[in-house]
Amino acid sequence: MTVATFDSANLNVGQKLAVKYFTAAIVLFVAQILFGLLAGLQFVMPEFLYNVLDFNVNRMVHINAMIVWMLFGFIGSVYWLVEDEAGVPLVGAKLANLSFWVLTAAVTVVVLVYLFVQIGPGTMASIWFINEGREYIEAPRWADIGIVICVLIFFYNVAATFMKGKWSGISGVLVLDLVALAGLYLAGMFYTSNISMDQHWWWWVIHLWVEATWEVLVGCIMAWGLMKTLGARRSVVTTWLYIEVALMFGSGILGLGHHYFWIGTPEYWFTIGGFFSALEPIPLVAMVVHAVYDSGVHRFKNANHPALAWLIAHAFGNFFGAGVWGFMHTLPQINLYTHGTQWTASHGHLAFFGAYATIIIAVMYMAVQKWRGGVWMSAGLPGNGWKWKWSLGLLHVGIIGMTMALLIAGYEQSFVERAMEGSTWGAYFSAQTAPWFIQAMHWRMLFGVVMAFGTVLLVWDLATIGRGETRRAIDPEVHGDEVPAAA
Amino acid sequence: MNDVPWWAGQDLWRKMAIWVTAFMAVVLIFLTFDTVKQITAGGKRVPAYSVINNKIFYKFNAERNMQEPVIGGEAPLFGQVLNEEEAQALVSLGKMTVQAKNCMNCHTLLGNGAYYAPDLTKAWLDPGWGAESVREQLMLAFLQDPEANARTYGTNRKMPQLGITEEEARGVVAFLKWMSSIDTNGFPRGFTPIKQEEAS
Repeated sequence: MTVATFDSANLNVGQKLAVKYFTAAIVLFVAQILFGLLAGLQFVMPEFLYNVLDFNVNRMVHINAMIVWMLFGFIGSVYWLVEDEAGVPLVGAKLANLSFWVLTAAVTVVVLVYLFVQIGPGTMASIWFINEGREYIEAPRWADIGIVICVLIFFYNVAATFMKGKWSGISGVLVLDLVALAGLYLAGMFYTSNISMDQHWWWWVIHLWVEATWEVLVGCIMAWGLMKTLGARRSVVTTWLYIEVALMFGSGILGLGHHYFWIGTPEYWFTIGGFFSALEPIPLVAMVVHAVYDSGVHRFKNANHPALAWLIAHAFGNFFGAGVWGFMHTLPQINLYTHGTQWTASHGHLAFFGAYATIIIAVMYMAVQKWRGGVWMSAGLPGNGWKWKWSLGLLHVGIIGMTMALLIAGYEQSFVERAMEGSTWGAYFSAQTAPWFIQAMHWRMLFGVVMAFGTVLLVWDLATIGRGETRRAIDPEVHGDEVPAAA
Repeated sequence: MNDVPWWAGQDLWRKMAIWVTAFMAVVLIFLTFDTVKQITAGGKRVPAYSVINNKIFYKFNAERNMQEPVIGGEAPLFGQVLNEEEAQALVSLGKMTVQAKNCMNCHTLLGNGAYYAPDLTKAWLDPGWGAESVREQLMLAFLQDPEANARTYGTNRKMPQLGITEEEARGVVAFLKWMSSIDTNGFPRGFTPIKQEEAS
């Protein structure tokens, strides 16, 4: 086994596949940041790329790149852990490999069509081949079908591997969660002329993915990650995972109702949606307690410092971004004023980054460690590990700065557009031209650039960390309580 | 390791996870049946598509403590009375155009979408169109050439040229008119609609 160079001989079959998914995910992450910068710039300079690459195109690529890189990151993470957790080689590896290339090719075609065709006439052909025009699930219908097929193959690989090998609490939750995740996507695959019906089912996909099944999926990854980095006991992380599932689905399934306040749906959703969505932060608190407590118990002795740092960043980012920022405007009395303002953008930015980007980055750090042959990644890295520390810092300063800027813009919109001026187009523009809003858009741009620097550093670090390292990683499951000898 | 109290046991929480999830899913399914019934076009909350033949007002209802759409007398869109089927076809053309032109990544519809351009929920009723008598023509002209007819309210943000045909523009206007008749529980709040004459 070669130490310290990327050598796929260090990886099992599932993991070889995982690093492909991670590589594609990183490319899409960079695309997300680039198109975010373009869209952000258009708020400050509206003439920029007008009629060439308009805001709607940039924003669509920005959010779609995000959804897809996160899906790639999740699929990669699951392939990464599946053999380890099941104790047998991946079932259907050839099919899985083919599916990766098909999916990646499909994503490439979709993005090229978004960029170069952009829009079509108001016919079903446009919806099938260009752009479905529904936020987050813009992918044309042909691609939807392709995605479903690829996800089914992924599901087959994972479920069949566990069936052949052994089941665990983590894998049981994971497989059931994947069934729900794949099934829910179907709710977004139809056309209706009724906008209320359209939005009703659209939220089944968006909410029940992001606020339910994705959360449980990252719960599984977290449980596994804490065992691998800290050597946390399986019985402890499994119990926490069950607690999180009970609380997450207990609050999140009916929490769907907080999207049903204003789209034509009945008034009983005020009570149901308001109440259950207000409970949604509770499992996220549980996750923080769980991650921090386990780290403390193990005195932060761990096999992979960057990975653990990103896992803890996930616990806090999920709690603040999804939990606190979501809670702030989830009650209908407040949401009446904040719905459809930059307040939502503020929440969206912090939540997606805090809850999902972080944990995928954590698994990527675990992946590069093993890919290089299980090298040392604890204290005393060359240069004191400045690259991973600075990238973590810059990405967080960037996202928190953007979140705050957007929150101020959202407050201003809620006051001026909604509370004071009566929600007309005149009121909308009056809020858009207020100095507080304009300043906020400049600050958002600045922090976006900070985030871009953090991203560059992150990519550089993932590509180079552990290169030429001669020390072996500590095995947290064996030496979790020992002081590492080599440093 | 047998000192785990009953409330922290793995077995208990596994059962809790299963039962809670199953219960919530069943409740959601029941509520979904009712909700889907209530938001099917033709009901009280989401009117039939032929509502585009009528005036649509947006009035405060003291009992509900919120504004709600009120369907008024006859006022056919583009002067043409359509039956339900024709009306649905026109609204559907508009909805499909709204999707194919990716409107939702600048605008919000029912408050969902992007925040670069104003919400379209009550676009039909917006006082920005000036007078009721010129609204339809202004909307058609704007949709077909948003650059020449741009009204940026001091932001310099202009709608791009989307190649919307006259037929598609008519569909979009029908879609917007129909959408303004949906009961959105008082969203957007405190909206001041365009001045409209009560039909005879």
